[in-house]
Amino acid sequence: MMNETHTTGKIVRIAGPVVRAAGLDNIRLYDVARVGEIGLIGEVIRLSEGLTTIQVYEDTSGIRVGEPVYNTGYPLVAYLGPGLLGQVYDGLQRPLNILAEQGEEFIQRGVQASPLPAEKRWHFTPRVSEGDLVEPGDILGVVQESRTIEHRIMMPPNARGRVTKIREGELKVDEVAAVVRSEEAGGEIEVTLAQRWPVRQPRPSRMRLAPREPMMTGTRIIDSFFPIAKGGAAIIPGGFGTGKTITEHSLARWAEADVVVYVGCGERGNEMTEVLEEFPKLEDPRTGAKLMERTVLIANTSNMPVAAREASIYTGITIAEYYRDMGYDVLMLADSTSRWGEALREISGRLEEMPGEEGYPAYLAARLAEFYERAGRVDCIGNRGGESDNDARTGSVSIVGAVSPPGGDFSEPVTQNSMRVASTFWALDYNLSRRRHFPAINWTNSYSLYDFKDWFEREVADDWNELTQEAMALLQREVELLEIVQLVGPDALAEPERAILATARMLREDFLQQSSFHEVDRYCMIQKSYWMLKAIMDFHRLTQAALERNVPLSRVTSMPVIPLIARMKEFPAQSAEADVQELMSRVRQDFSTMGVN
Amino acid sequence: MLKTIPMPRLFTTEYRTLSQIRGPLVFVERIADVAYNEIVEIEGPDGDVRLGQVLDVDQQHCMVRIFIGTSGLDLQRTRVRFTGDVARLGVSLSMLGRALNGAGVPIDGGPPITPEQMLDINGLPINPSMRAQPSEFIQTGVSAIDGLNTLTRGQKLPIFSGAGLPANELAAQVASHASVTGGNGSEPFAVVFAAIGITQRETSFFMDQFRASDSMDRTLLFINRADDPSIERILTPRTALTAAEYLAFTHNRHVLVILTDMTNYCEALREIAAASEEVPGRRGYPGYMYSDLSSLYERSGRIRGKSGSVTQLIILTMPDDDITHPIPDLTGYITEGQIVLNRDLHRKGIYPPIDVLPSLSRLMNEGIGKNKTRADHRSVADQLYALYAEGRDLRRLVAIIGEAALSTEDRRVLEFANRFEGTFVGQGTASREIAQTLDAAWDLLSPMPPDLLKRIPREFIEQYHK
Repeated sequence: MMNETHTTGKIVRIAGPVVRAAGLDNIRLYDVARVGEIGLIGEVIRLSEGLTTIQVYEDTSGIRVGEPVYNTGYPLVAYLGPGLLGQVYDGLQRPLNILAEQGEEFIQRGVQASPLPAEKRWHFTPRVSEGDLVEPGDILGVVQESRTIEHRIMMPPNARGRVTKIREGELKVDEVAAVVRSEEAGGEIEVTLAQRWPVRQPRPSRMRLAPREPMMTGTRIIDSFFPIAKGGAAIIPGGFGTGKTITEHSLARWAEADVVVYVGCGERGNEMTEVLEEFPKLEDPRTGAKLMERTVLIANTSNMPVAAREASIYTGITIAEYYRDMGYDVLMLADSTSRWGEALREISGRLEEMPGEEGYPAYLAARLAEFYERAGRVDCIGNRGGESDNDARTGSVSIVGAVSPPGGDFSEPVTQNSMRVASTFWALDYNLSRRRHFPAINWTNSYSLYDFKDWFEREVADDWNELTQEAMALLQREVELLEIVQLVGPDALAEPERAILATARMLREDFLQQSSFHEVDRYCMIQKSYWMLKAIMDFHRLTQAALERNVPLSRVTSMPVIPLIARMKEFPAQSAEADVQELMSRVRQDFSTMGVN
Repeated sequence: MLKTIPMPRLFTTEYRTLSQIRGPLVFVERIADVAYNEIVEIEGPDGDVRLGQVLDVDQQHCMVRIFIGTSGLDLQRTRVRFTGDVARLGVSLSMLGRALNGAGVPIDGGPPITPEQMLDINGLPINPSMRAQPSEFIQTGVSAIDGLNTLTRGQKLPIFSGAGLPANELAAQVASHASVTGGNGSEPFAVVFAAIGITQRETSFFMDQFRASDSMDRTLLFINRADDPSIERILTPRTALTAAEYLAFTHNRHVLVILTDMTNYCEALREIAAASEEVPGRRGYPGYMYSDLSSLYERSGRIRGKSGSVTQLIILTMPDDDITHPIPDLTGYITEGQIVLNRDLHRKGIYPPIDVLPSLSRLMNEGIGKNKTRADHRSVADQLYALYAEGRDLRRLVAIIGEAALSTEDRRVLEFANRFEGTFVGQGTASREIAQTLDAAWDLLSPMPPDLLKRIPREFIEQYHK
């Protein structure tokens, strides 16, 4: 796939990150060029006769007209292999932590380092023998990358043939693990532990499958009311201070994914530091391994070059697809896609393109759609996975994109175009965050288009769907009632309506609100959510029954057991079911003293 | 002073080939060997030399932005020399105590600065892997900040003000208190103050404040006045931050940078964008304003293995008090929280008029608690916030149904909200130690029955509730 003609051109114009060069014959669109004497990385974004337009991923200050431009002959690629997990990259996959170890406090221009630890040796265990025929994507062998992730070394997606040599042992990433004789390539292909893949090109799969089950995230409002599918896409739009980043961080910590790729795209440096300091210490509640062992971070902070910000999203999704191809469920978090959209706008402006809505290029919608469509559950290419040799592998990439709409106004182009392609919508609400209701996901305008009723009935409880529907109906009714209260005061409501307000408040404060800082509450398993919801709805049913028997509402709301309901959040996961049941029996007892059963 | 290190060239070509002068931009023709972002010396017919920067260059022409304004230039006699280097600031420790203009030239009548180093004013992004999490408390002496929106070392926190609100007074108070206590100790401290397009009255106010607090020798001022060329406003925060980084990471100081007023900076940015006929974004501001602002705000933080830090206090004026205006909006997306000033509080005579409800410090949790401030800090802050928010809601309700319809409990909360504004937020110009701030909070909480204080753990109620 690599082009061997390396022509050299000459810079004829520089305007910020956009450089035009002449004399680059044979260069292809999206090939990488090294610009100037210091060799800044750039990518060809437009070709016209004799003139090549290059977007440069680094600051172009000091570069002169007349300096050389080299054609590398490669498109922008990600380097994929064991050692990705736990790394921190910039948008071009330069390893920031390896550079930090070399004492790079600031990111100098033109620095280069191999994205994967070059000297580390991995124990490679073959899964095929010499003489076997191998197809694209077939697993040649495995490397234990972290405690939980077995890194499957696959045939590159574009190569097949007969294995002529395979070696077990301690290998570095760039050492040959297998040699495959290929008729198509007319020779031998050497397969190393690592492979390259162009980031702008989706990795192939055999078939795309429909999402079948939800991805549990440990966040109650998401899992209970607006679940995201394994292989689905969700967006979180919200103005500043509404908790986008905290929500994304919670997902990165607790979501039920094998691998998490977190792309900090044009966001704050100190936020990445928080993740970097915290993830090596926190444990994945399902596996007990440290969270950093399943995480790849891409940190292209807002002050790093804008063109690299545009690339960071693609680098991230390519790494996610690579682990998907091994048969894992991968979650990719992008914070924030608006900054990516703005990078597109900035480059488009420098290219003097005709602007579309709000100055964004007309192709914004298409780029967003292309990106979100790289999410999905797939039947992976290659067949030598799992226990039996003929097992097909399935893997998934789920995408959660944060959106930062200017002024918190969802009518802007990035939010609107993302809504059209993402099936789950978690709307963050400024009014909720101002009341310190976190996560500030608004339950009246968020939605999830996935239907997992059967899954919840099977995996959680028979009455799950009734329970969630009733709770949601109550919350909707509260909105209507509160409008009345705003106009005429609370005294205008009848007792049963005030009881609805009381339960809705309980739902909001004791169920929907969840503290991402509290040791126990920050992660809530779906079973615990079920019992919490059941306790509250049970309380509501008993209250209504009490009112029918003419018990005054004030007697119900002053029951000493009520503060305990607020404590359910803090029940430890292991004993949550028993603890809630005990609480419910106390509630029933107290009601029975009022003659209610 | 903004200087350049000349590249070793055998000769310097001087051009007299100006083809256009448009606003702050000059177009030069028939040029050769010019670098992007290179600094240019322009000598007008009157012999004055001004500096400019190359914004766009091709084989024949280049577009130069002149920092000190283009008035007095002509097409025939103006001469242009390319220096071969990007903009650099000469820095040295002896800058402390001095007042410079936006380009780094002394304006206090003192001698020129003898530089120890020449630094690129655009700086370089800090490697995110080398950052250390801000976790040290900075005492500002202002209860609404220290108690509820705590500032930490390495943070960037803006004050969203409105025209006529006392943001500058607040900033000066914070700066002088912080420089007296070193934030909260005897560690080496410095204030870098960047005045961007502020009036003569405001300038002398700040000068007087710094002199009065006896902190001039720890303070470095960069001053671009309202009547200075607006284009120099682009330089001012960059030179100031370059000096700040130098003091923090070469000389291990804890540096507090005050940028005021960023609204003037953004106006200058828009002016240049319009002059170079760029496609405008929202409200005419350039589409890259987010990137541009973050290239300034992100120059704060701590670096692992270094004891210094850069903390930014950013003041901006919200046009028409509109928080969704692009300037506060983009700023809020980059900074780690915001302090919002409120006109109603100001009208009531409350100083500082900080509205704590929309205010936020994202790094507060890291900087408070046992061994940092006090163990009860987090829960007290949550409780104050919750009660005040409830009190504000009740005020709206009272406007409809009258105070008589409220329950005793509600009336207590309402009373709390009034006292909170009057005494806790409205502390006047005196500074409070953090312990005094928390005690003031407990004075407000003590009339409330302990059962109402749901956010405070029992142990603290027993200890502090009177």
